[in-house]
Amino acid sequence: MSTLVRIHELTKNFQRGSELVQVLQRLDLEIPQGDFLALMGPSGSGKSTLLNLIGGLDRPTSGSIEVAGHDISKLNDTALGRWRADNVGFVFQMYNLLPALTAQGNVELPLLLTSLSASERRQRAAAALQLVGLSERAQHKPRELSGGQEQRVGIARAIVSDPTLLLCDEPTGDLDRKSGDEVLDLLQALNDQQGKTIIMVTHDPRAAERARRVLHLEKGQLVRESV
Amino acid sequence: MWSLLWANLGRKRSRMILTLASITVAFILFSLVEALQYALVGGVDLAGQDRLMSMHKVSFTQPLPRNYLERVRAVEGVRSAISLNWFGGYYKDERTQVFSYPVLGEEALHDVYPEIVVDPVQMNSWMTERTGALIGRAMADTMGWKVGDVIPIRSAIYFKKDGTNTWDMKIIGIFDNPNGDTNGLYFHFDYFNESILNQDNIGWIGLRLKDKNQAAQIAAKIDSMFANSSAETKTSTEKAFVQSFANQMGNISSIVTVIVVAVFFTMLLVTANSMAQSVRERTSEIGVMKTLGFSSARVTGLVLAESLLITFIGGLLGMLLGTLAVKGVAHAVKQFLPLMSVPSSAYVLGLICMTILGVLSGALPGWQAWQLRITDALRRS
Ligand SMILES: Nc1ncnc2c1ncn2[C@@H]1O[C@H](COP(=O)(O)OP(=O)(O)OP(=O)(O)O)[C@@H](O)[C@H]1O
Ligand SMILES: [Mg+2]
Repeated sequence: MSTLVRIHELTKNFQRGSELVQVLQRLDLEIPQGDFLALMGPSGSGKSTLLNLIGGLDRPTSGSIEVAGHDISKLNDTALGRWRADNVGFVFQMYNLLPALTAQGNVELPLLLTSLSASERRQRAAAALQLVGLSERAQHKPRELSGGQEQRVGIARAIVSDPTLLLCDEPTGDLDRKSGDEVLDLLQALNDQQGKTIIMVTHDPRAAERARRVLHLEKGQLVRESV
Repeated sequence: MWSLLWANLGRKRSRMILTLASITVAFILFSLVEALQYALVGGVDLAGQDRLMSMHKVSFTQPLPRNYLERVRAVEGVRSAISLNWFGGYYKDERTQVFSYPVLGEEALHDVYPEIVVDPVQMNSWMTERTGALIGRAMADTMGWKVGDVIPIRSAIYFKKDGTNTWDMKIIGIFDNPNGDTNGLYFHFDYFNESILNQDNIGWIGLRLKDKNQAAQIAAKIDSMFANSSAETKTSTEKAFVQSFANQMGNISSIVTVIVVAVFFTMLLVTANSMAQSVRERTSEIGVMKTLGFSSARVTGLVLAESLLITFIGGLLGMLLGTLAVKGVAHAVKQFLPLMSVPSSAYVLGLICMTILGVLSGALPGWQAWQLRITDALRRS
């Protein structure tokens, strides 16, 4: 399988007041197309930071991140935004749905940036909602949904524009076991059946078991662990 | 994008309604104030520049001798002149005022006041009808008077030698005035003069110039002509006359400006605060939108569009309600403030205010949304 993400000597520091926080240090990582990678590690170890860098939400202090052959650290803000819209889907721990919009509206949101017509957008969003098993909740607002349902809407939003890469930051961190399992089933199916490449940050070993690979992040370095 | 805008407007319903309501109220007030100002000093702008008015130096309520009209007419550069008197007319009840003016030099009425438009046939027959009167369209409509009617008009100021104060007037014609006031009645000076005690006095003189660039010179010439007489005159442009009249009621314009500015400043605070609060609550949502690929420009555009939408919905609703309110009030005060209406300049000013209000209210939160970094926004949530 070809390599989708190639990270080379990635370093990320944060300046907090006068203190320099060194989060990632010369980190190397390759993620093949179609991988399902679980990223574990103690709190504050830099898991979210790494995920944000891969997703082009933040820029490295040094080193390079290539996704599908493009060095995304070289893109300007606008180009990076466009790149994210086309290539990456994000799933957050707190779902981060827009409370004013219905499930359907939330899923359509990324499509507003495309040239699709309103009816095409509606169809695509409906298809994504069907995939996550929430067709009959399409017109509900987030606060009328359970946490597990909200997260499935979040996943529908992440996949609606058909990105190659899905980045999930503790997607089950706020869910009970049953809802968490449903979400993991869904991610696994997306990986197995649609070939989505998934990187999932998690604290939960049970969630990590679903992945093809598990990596541990400690002291700014990756510690490989076989599955 | 529209659905997103609407959804955001509706998210905190009570706050949004409160904000909209205050903008609406502000613009209702704005319409009323503009209409009132227009009613009081609107005439200023209508006044012709090539027209002068001569009146008694002390006050326009003091009379001038009748022969002044002839003498003014004879002044070099004066094209035509008429005189009017303040008659204090009313119909049946003193509260039903009928703005009536005895005219001397009737044949020049149209020349001095070309904005008064009347059928030439009616004008001609008025000239020959001793008790005839021309009334304005507004008066005809309010009072329900028609050509041919004979109306007893009484004077609150003058009495006839026989002790009565009623003049029967036969309506000969109805005039229009495309620029404004048609709530007046003109009748013959001779009919008025022949029966009163203190005869041969006129109220003021309206005169038209051959050349408007000579206004200052001619005004000075007229006033010097009557200097040191028992009735000295003060001649000024009609504009100045109306202005001085308006000034007697206080400096309306500046009061109005102060009110309007104060109201808008308050509105700016209310709207800007509401926008700032609503955007602050949405920090993580803005982070999410940027994550999804919405550019800073687009996010800021949405904030500005939302703020403009609020000020335009509130503002247009306010101007609409204000216009309706003015229409209602105008009917009741037609007698005193015939020009009471929202002038079109007020709508233009209103739209400008709505735009400024919207942009200013959205500017700070829009800027913050522009600056917001995704990682910060998501970490904060
Ligand atoms: N924008 C920032 N400014 C300053 N410090 C930051 C910033 N973002 C992250 N950090 C610091 O970098 C370190 C790694 O943070 P990160 O959020 O990546 O950890 P994490 O592994 O995701 O932790 P958790 O499991 O608690 O989510 C932490 O010490 C954090 O305080
Ligand atoms: Mg984290």
